[in-house]
Amino acid sequence: MGKAKRKRNPLEIGKKGQVILHIFMILMSLCFILPVLLVYIISFSSESSINEIGYSFFPTGWSLDAYTYYIKTDMVWQIVQSYGITIVVAAAGTFCSALFTTMLSYGLSRKNFIWRKPLSFFVYFTMLFNGGLVPAYIINSRYLHLNDTILILIFSGMITAYNTIILRTFIASSVPDALIESAKIDGASEWNIFIKIILPLCKPGIATIAFFALNQYWNDWFTGLIYITNPKLVSIQYLLTKIMNSVQYLKENSQLANSPEGREMMKMFPSEAGRMALTVLVLTPILFAYPFFQKYFVKGLTVGSVKE
Amino acid sequence: MKRKGVKKSRYAVKESWPVLLMCAPGLIYFIIFNYLPMFGIVLAFKNFNYTDGILRSPWAGFKNFKFLFATRDALQITRNTLFYNACFIIIGTVLSIGLALLLNEIAFKRMAKIYQTIAIMPNFLSWVAVGFIGFALLSVDPTGYLNTIREGMRLDPISWYMEVKYWPAILVISGLWKTVGFSSVVYLAALTGISNDYLEAALIDGANKWQMITKIMLPMIRSTIIILLIMAIGRIFYTDFGLFYQMSRDTGMLYSATLTIDYYVYNALKNMGNVSMSAAAGVYQSVIGFLLVLVTNYFVRRIDPDSAMF
Repeated sequence: MGKAKRKRNPLEIGKKGQVILHIFMILMSLCFILPVLLVYIISFSSESSINEIGYSFFPTGWSLDAYTYYIKTDMVWQIVQSYGITIVVAAAGTFCSALFTTMLSYGLSRKNFIWRKPLSFFVYFTMLFNGGLVPAYIINSRYLHLNDTILILIFSGMITAYNTIILRTFIASSVPDALIESAKIDGASEWNIFIKIILPLCKPGIATIAFFALNQYWNDWFTGLIYITNPKLVSIQYLLTKIMNSVQYLKENSQLANSPEGREMMKMFPSEAGRMALTVLVLTPILFAYPFFQKYFVKGLTVGSVKE
Repeated sequence: MKRKGVKKSRYAVKESWPVLLMCAPGLIYFIIFNYLPMFGIVLAFKNFNYTDGILRSPWAGFKNFKFLFATRDALQITRNTLFYNACFIIIGTVLSIGLALLLNEIAFKRMAKIYQTIAIMPNFLSWVAVGFIGFALLSVDPTGYLNTIREGMRLDPISWYMEVKYWPAILVISGLWKTVGFSSVVYLAALTGISNDYLEAALIDGANKWQMITKIMLPMIRSTIIILLIMAIGRIFYTDFGLFYQMSRDTGMLYSATLTIDYYVYNALKNMGNVSMSAAAGVYQSVIGFLLVLVTNYFVRRIDPDSAMF
């Protein structure tokens, strides 16, 4: 089709090669899509189909039971609560993360900021060395009393050296110094420059790190696992982790699982399809948000990761 | 001359204060959440108890480390950590560069974009969710998809979650599945940055595609490859806890294959409640990791100064 309109670029592989390339890429794409699709299909499979033929791409019957199950039980409140926590944390966290990372990156990108070099190293060093989980846990819980608060969910991973450096490089390469200098001569304050010049010019870079932050907050179950015991603060991802843990615990202790209490406990958990339905609830928002941000972050990453 | 210099630096200091103010929230964050815990590594040299806290708990010297290395755990978690990271570095780098090269060759750019979007997608899924995806494939009761396929081939189902021997492969495959697409983004960006002039010149000289890739494209993205390799080698003592914890569903029976240093630190802290031992394992990880960054960077600087990080 392109042949009639334009001459073939001699650097490109020929038509036959292109066909093979596309076939290979389609197969690869299936490897990425099908496992995710399977979870969606299971969540809409009927319980009898799952019992009969197991998890399958072609269930013998479809049903919404996995979803309606939750509405009938008390689980629905926990899910709503957990979704609420996740949304609040992701919104507040992403906002703070993007704002403070951009401010820091902007400062570190300024050529005539006299503490630029030592402070850049101060940030960079956290990528090379860290205290590890245990000291952080003891300090956050015993000294800062952040365990079992919503603050720890927002603070954990809020600003990272990786994001700061990517954005610093992005700002340095997309805002010419002369522009900032001329704005200063016109009497603009640092904040004015930040809001009127940096923010509009660095949208792809900021969108990149904002999406990374959003994704990290949305997907965070680890902070909950370490710091949260209060059910009101359990995020949706941590809720799914807790369900996985309890089910697995019962499976590994078959004696308990076969006892009356065990069976009683098992009833409190969602069915196999129900757990997949919860997985779907966790996966879907990020799958929708991702393509929207992708156009930004490929650009943001590309410019940002070129070494200064 | 001299006076001008003084004036200029005074001007710079005055100019720098507002900028520092802007950096302040970020810097304070790093002090509290990154630097404060660094001093907390003294925990590894103490007999920690919650009432006395970090500073007043009694000193233990190197006792925690002695206990750690006296067990078989230390060897096992080190071996697992190094094994998985070696797999990810070698196979992961080859696959990501390969994927980038293939995407770069696709003439129909809009399709290339779609393939790339699909390949990156798993990177943004949480490990909990990927753990459940794994369960849909591997479960025995109800029959997971892999066992359905085995049934179709008249083979006995495998209890994946009970057999240690399959887990190195399962973990390597799931780790690669999630990260390869994303790592290829940077390589692809570097490849698209290569000027066509070089390739056209090679074409005139009669080079074939393979020669262009090995003689021009790969050497041109060498510094990107080296930087990413150094960063990976510097992190060879660190693993993605979620991969090991969620994929194996924290199954105790699989620990000999799944326990890495991070996983051990977590277990010692949350399940055994042994803070000092856990801290000792953490320090072992941080210190060796730090030394590895310094050593790799030193060698890179000697071989190829442009590619060194510092």
